Amino acid sequence: MTVRTWSRGGPGADVLVRGARVVDPLAGLDQTLDVLVRKGRIAAVGNDLAAPARVRVVEGEGRLLLPGFVDLHTHLRTPGREDEEDLTTASAAAAAGGYVAMFGMANTDPVVDSAAVLEGLARRAGAEATVPTGFFASLSRDLAGRQLTEMYELAQAGVVGFSDDGKPVGSAQLLRRALQYAKVTDRFVAVHAQDDSLMGGGVMHEGAVSAKLGLGGIPAIAESADVARALEVARYEQGRLHLCHLSTALALEHLERARALDLPVSAEACPHHLTLTDEVVTSLDSNLKMNPPLRAESDRRAIVSALRSGLVDCVATDHAPHAQQEKEVPFEAAPFGTTGLETAFAVLYGELVLKKELSLAVLVTRMSQTPARLAGLPVPTLVSGEPADFCLADGAARWTVEAAALHSKSTNSAWLGQTLQGRVTLTVAAGRIVFDDRA
Amino acid sequence: MAKRDLLSIDDLTRAEAELILETAESFLPVLQRDIKKVPTLRGRTIINMFYESSTRTLTSFELAAKRLSADTMNVRAAGSAVDKGESLKDTILTLSAYQPDIIVMRHPQIGACLLASRFTQASVINAGDGKFQHPSQCLLDLFTMRQALGRELDGKKVWIVGDILHSRVARSDIAGFQLLGMDVTVAGPPSLIPRDVESLGVSVEYSLDRLAEADVVYLLRMQMERMQEGANFIPSLREYSTLYGMTLERLRPGQKVMHPGPINRGVEISPEVADHPDTLILEQVEAGLAVRMAILYRTIAGYDERSADERGVA
Ligand SMILES: [Zn+2]
Ligand SMILES: [Zn+2]
Repeated sequence: MTVRTWSRGGPGADVLVRGARVVDPLAGLDQTLDVLVRKGRIAAVGNDLAAPARVRVVEGEGRLLLPGFVDLHTHLRTPGREDEEDLTTASAAAAAGGYVAMFGMANTDPVVDSAAVLEGLARRAGAEATVPTGFFASLSRDLAGRQLTEMYELAQAGVVGFSDDGKPVGSAQLLRRALQYAKVTDRFVAVHAQDDSLMGGGVMHEGAVSAKLGLGGIPAIAESADVARALEVARYEQGRLHLCHLSTALALEHLERARALDLPVSAEACPHHLTLTDEVVTSLDSNLKMNPPLRAESDRRAIVSALRSGLVDCVATDHAPHAQQEKEVPFEAAPFGTTGLETAFAVLYGELVLKKELSLAVLVTRMSQTPARLAGLPVPTLVSGEPADFCLADGAARWTVEAAALHSKSTNSAWLGQTLQGRVTLTVAAGRIVFDDRA
Repeated sequence: MAKRDLLSIDDLTRAEAELILETAESFLPVLQRDIKKVPTLRGRTIINMFYESSTRTLTSFELAAKRLSADTMNVRAAGSAVDKGESLKDTILTLSAYQPDIIVMRHPQIGACLLASRFTQASVINAGDGKFQHPSQCLLDLFTMRQALGRELDGKKVWIVGDILHSRVARSDIAGFQLLGMDVTVAGPPSLIPRDVESLGVSVEYSLDRLAEADVVYLLRMQMERMQEGANFIPSLREYSTLYGMTLERLRPGQKVMHPGPINRGVEISPEVADHPDTLILEQVEAGLAVRMAILYRTIAGYDERSADERGVA
């Protein structure tokens, strides 16, 4: 029962990238090299490689050549809200962000809670997606938090895991059953940790800024209490748990303890929680409203340090497109969520790598190789014989996030109007050129 | 006469269990005769007290008593004093006033038979108490296996598949099969396998991938009440049968299939397997009669002092 992704396919690329700085922690590479791709596979990695006939040569001098990124957490809005995103635009956004695979959450309309819905979606991905796209199935039917989905059949159909993301797991009992059953399906259960009783109708982090603005606060314990519950269940059942979008230092304390107990638990963090804090919410820009909310600087620093140490395994975008008319409302009335696929690398490169909070090698591991391994996909690596899954980025390029230039169908980016440093210029996914800024 | 309860399979030593099985064998010819009756328990009184409906077990015990010429009386919870709120203790005291030799009892609660035994001079035979024990089922299963595989069950592998958590049959069978030296594996969805069940000396499997190793596949009934919305023991019956249903593809030639009944065709057992010659479900029903005769006989007569001649079967 393997995890599957679907995409449109097409001829394998023939490309020679010359003289780029290749950073591949798995292969132990951080040096200037040429990389030759023939028919979608890496044919050679070395110095002064000759360009065979009909191979496109890309000048890589001054650029970074990185294993392609894998996003374990996107909201593709398809089926149901194709006005916000579809598989073509999500692919374009992902490709422009250097992603070579992504996984959509199940909170669509209809919910991905049966093999029939999944198969319909997979067919569409096979026709529309350029970047290999896989899917989560929901844990509970219709996301109602009551009755398990047919997890075995869904696993056979290729889902990467199970999640009721968008909502917390309906009950500890449901989580327990799901983790028990995950032993049969060999898939992980991804949890959006949130104790609803502590949400209190909040719209931003509960702290100094919410005190000043008067906006309802979402306390850190809304996350950490539910993380603690999930970890207790996972500990008892020894089931494979994945914690989505961790945002608080308190939650990390629980995760640390789980790690010490050697539990089969993984965790992700989002670019916005790694780089922004509740301070920016004073602008009352509804694109800065997400759930979990932007937290305090001390939380942000804790999440960054957890990503550095590996306590948090990977970066995931929680890419959450919303229609313009739904975000162009007062902060309190706006839906939660920011897009993230196109900006993730630039945001993290500019804010963490260049500011020396994180090394480039660690960033690459957390954006590419670890999430691929967690998903059960072949791990992108720049080694001869492997499929070509990489991106080329210009670390010096500064660019301003403009609505008109975004590939996503929605423009609700937390960085709209901001200038970022670091830009993907070429993406090769599953051996095909899916993004090329010169094309 | 001393009481000789059979409340749990753990009440029996290996030698006692084997003696019951051998006695049951000696009753088999009786059941083939034109007049299927022996006078062994003439004048004895046996009360079948069923607080839970069970046509199968009740008729089997009743017929076993009749074949042994005992006087029998059936008391059901519905429509009786029990229904009017009489306590278990008072019902037992009342019935005991008739000086029965044996009370065969089925009750939905664990330990009810043990409790009943404290209030009566009659020997109590547990015909199923809640999710705990069903010793006569275990003995008839052993009998059936000895008939099909030979008397030597030592080292034979049996897989008990399905809802182990809620099954008194599984709990009796695990103990009884092990008593006769069998190697027991339990298989099913993790949610229906009791935590720490390994401590009973069984192996645990969550899939049927290695089922071919089993000499006997013992299927349990998937009870519909486990399917209540929100119980989440399994996502659906359909998925259950995909993962744990016994099908012809899963049946290794020569492997025997058993089931305590009643079966759900198409859920835990495919129709083809249910009707397959290697399936022993009807043999189990037949064995039930001889084994229950042996249990009743042992309860009243004991074995030590009587010969086969006195049993009326020579
Ligand atoms: Zn979420
Ligand atoms: Zn999400």
